[in-house]
Amino acid sequence: MQRSLQIDPEKCTACMQCELACSYQATESFNPSQSRIKVFMFHETARFVPYTCTQCAEAWCMKACPVDAIQVNAETGAKEVIDSLCVGCKVCTIACPFGTINYSQSTGKVVKCDLCGGDPECVKACPTDAITYVDADWTGLDKMRAWAAKTDSQSGAQA
Amino acid sequence: MAWHKKILRVNLSKGTCESEPLNLKWAGKYIGQRGLGTKYLSEEIDPKVDPLSPENKLIIATGPLTGTAAATGGRWSVICKGPLTGAIAASNSGGYFGAELKFAGWDMIIIEGRSDKPVYLFVQDDKAQLLPADDLWGQDVWETEEALLARHQDPQIKVAAIGKAGEIGCMYACVVNDKHRAAGRSGVGAVMGSKNLKAIAVRGTQGVPVANPAEFMAATTEAKKVLAEDAVTGQGLPAMGTQVIMNVMNELGGLPAHNHRDVQFDGASKIGAEAMILPRPDGSTNLVKNQACFGCTIACGRISKISPEHFTVKNSGKEWGASGGLEYESAWAFGADTGVDDLDALTYVNFLCNMHGMDTISFGATVAAAMELFEIGAITTKETGGIELKFGSAEALVEMALLVGRGEGFGLDIGLGSKRLCEKYSKPEVAMVVKGQEFPAYDPRAMQGMALGYATSNRGACHLRGYTVSAEVFGVPVKMEPSATEGKAEITMAFQNATSVVDSAGICSFATFAWTLEDVQKQLNADLEGDWSLERLLETGERIWNLERQFNLSAGLTKADDTLPARLLKDAAKTGPAKGKVAELGKMLPEYYELRGWTPDGVPTNATLDRLAL
Repeated sequence: MQRSLQIDPEKCTACMQCELACSYQATESFNPSQSRIKVFMFHETARFVPYTCTQCAEAWCMKACPVDAIQVNAETGAKEVIDSLCVGCKVCTIACPFGTINYSQSTGKVVKCDLCGGDPECVKACPTDAITYVDADWTGLDKMRAWAAKTDSQSGAQA
Repeated sequence: MAWHKKILRVNLSKGTCESEPLNLKWAGKYIGQRGLGTKYLSEEIDPKVDPLSPENKLIIATGPLTGTAAATGGRWSVICKGPLTGAIAASNSGGYFGAELKFAGWDMIIIEGRSDKPVYLFVQDDKAQLLPADDLWGQDVWETEEALLARHQDPQIKVAAIGKAGEIGCMYACVVNDKHRAAGRSGVGAVMGSKNLKAIAVRGTQGVPVANPAEFMAATTEAKKVLAEDAVTGQGLPAMGTQVIMNVMNELGGLPAHNHRDVQFDGASKIGAEAMILPRPDGSTNLVKNQACFGCTIACGRISKISPEHFTVKNSGKEWGASGGLEYESAWAFGADTGVDDLDALTYVNFLCNMHGMDTISFGATVAAAMELFEIGAITTKETGGIELKFGSAEALVEMALLVGRGEGFGLDIGLGSKRLCEKYSKPEVAMVVKGQEFPAYDPRAMQGMALGYATSNRGACHLRGYTVSAEVFGVPVKMEPSATEGKAEITMAFQNATSVVDSAGICSFATFAWTLEDVQKQLNADLEGDWSLERLLETGERIWNLERQFNLSAGLTKADDTLPARLLKDAAKTGPAKGKVAELGKMLPEYYELRGWTPDGVPTNATLDRLAL
């Protein structure tokens, strides 16, 4: 079973523990500028939104790469950057519609979320369950359950 | 590790920014942030300097845990001689600015001298420069932050700035970062303004390493569990914020009201946590969401939105989005102390204080003092510019916030703080202050430990130097009878020492509702090089407290300043469980001096100084 990161901005408090955990996993230092997940703060509307790669099935970044440096991890479904192949041309950063693959000046390669090999550090670090790692076929399950709970038992759900 | 071992020294008179090594020997003795900043200040300035002169210095200091994954590891402090008090000032803030400074590779910034013209400091990793701020001078804090992010085309820049209050020398001006977190007390923003420094903008990409990564991750993960499982830090604070205390304190008869003439406030339930989640007629609520500071897994911060139908919004002539909402101390100062029970009006005043850079506690308490002056006829509408400055008037309160923020009319008097305001109108006894600083929201007549804590706090009246409320009300770490004086000298000293450690480490004192000093010790020990035992931390806390005391004594403060206003010592509480009680400071102070190893005049003995290697 493959799993997906599920992000619920409602629950995010902008504590940045996900960015700390991600950067630590990648660099052994606490450095949000090296994090593959970013929390965006929208002050006036009081919204905090963690954002990262959703691991597209037909990934634009992977298709755009001229040297096949982005490959699928068969076990996790993550699109992983193979550093030894990446030439830092940045075409993938243009191809990605979401901006979630980025060039790193310090390494000359691109970086993106690789799901930490199937045990994402951001999920473990999140204190409010704003980021969870769930069955990829059932990312809507919590929302369905929430709506189901609101359904009036007398009238039933209306499709 | 934990440190970049680098200080940025900024000389505004010369216009220079230079890097120098962090004094690791001092870091070993004073940890960081509050303690280490105070050590630098003590070594570099004469404690007798005029706080608003170029000879005072402004130190921006992080702690060893700032910017790490330690829960609440986003704290930083501003250290200088405080203009409000003439004593040591160490104002602590959260938000994201402190961590960003650490990420830029700097442990501390020492700002000295005075610039001829308004400038701001821009720090991009190793590169630091002073840039002209003529166009920013006069702008509020929020406008300044937005202008700097746009100018440098980098939305990830973090900004700490002063508003007009700091520019014109409001005695309780603060430094505001990330729009609604503040290094609030003692007038540190006025010191920044006196130096013609408008803002510090920081962007860092270097990260923070720690000495023992595996041990550190284990310790911080365990400590986060402790916070999550505790009722206060895991449930109460995230859901209700510090405002959860309002009704508790009112029932205890420890909620000062009407400039400390009362100890209970009829409108308490209208301005506390419960009121913030009460639906309005349109279904909306004052509280929109909670927000954490950097690294904090508690997330007690309030994000509020004022009803668009409220008079404050309508009169302002513009739309107001969500922003930092009421903390307990602010709600008390704007509300109970002034007798105003209009929650949205208090929230609006909170926004104004953050925008213009005013300390919420001192502002609200000074308005309360002015209301009493107005009531007794010491000032009239002639002084206030026609405003009926009456207890309970939300309109008058809002008008005062606007006037102080703009530096206009009677706002200039309110900007003096209670002590100078009441002296100006020949009623010094009306000022509810210690060492010139206004009280926060706990009446010491109902909690005797706070009487001692306020009187001996090194920065004037303050709840964050030794929060004996924790023991006297919440029973953490032990339950103590609030009305008793026995044992209070000892617990006050213990809290003061422990808090000195926490404030020097880069973490938040709120974590200590759940964390013992041992929880802190495990994280610091893995973070830092060397062996940081519990004993070493306890001794360090005591050393920091005595260092601050030494600074104040050298500045000219004496035992006579370790006191409370006559109102609290002589006028008994009129209602509530503490009815008939006064603050019994005299029963505790001599014992406290003795336990501290100070002379009966409150001066550390040579033996004490030797023991602490001071």
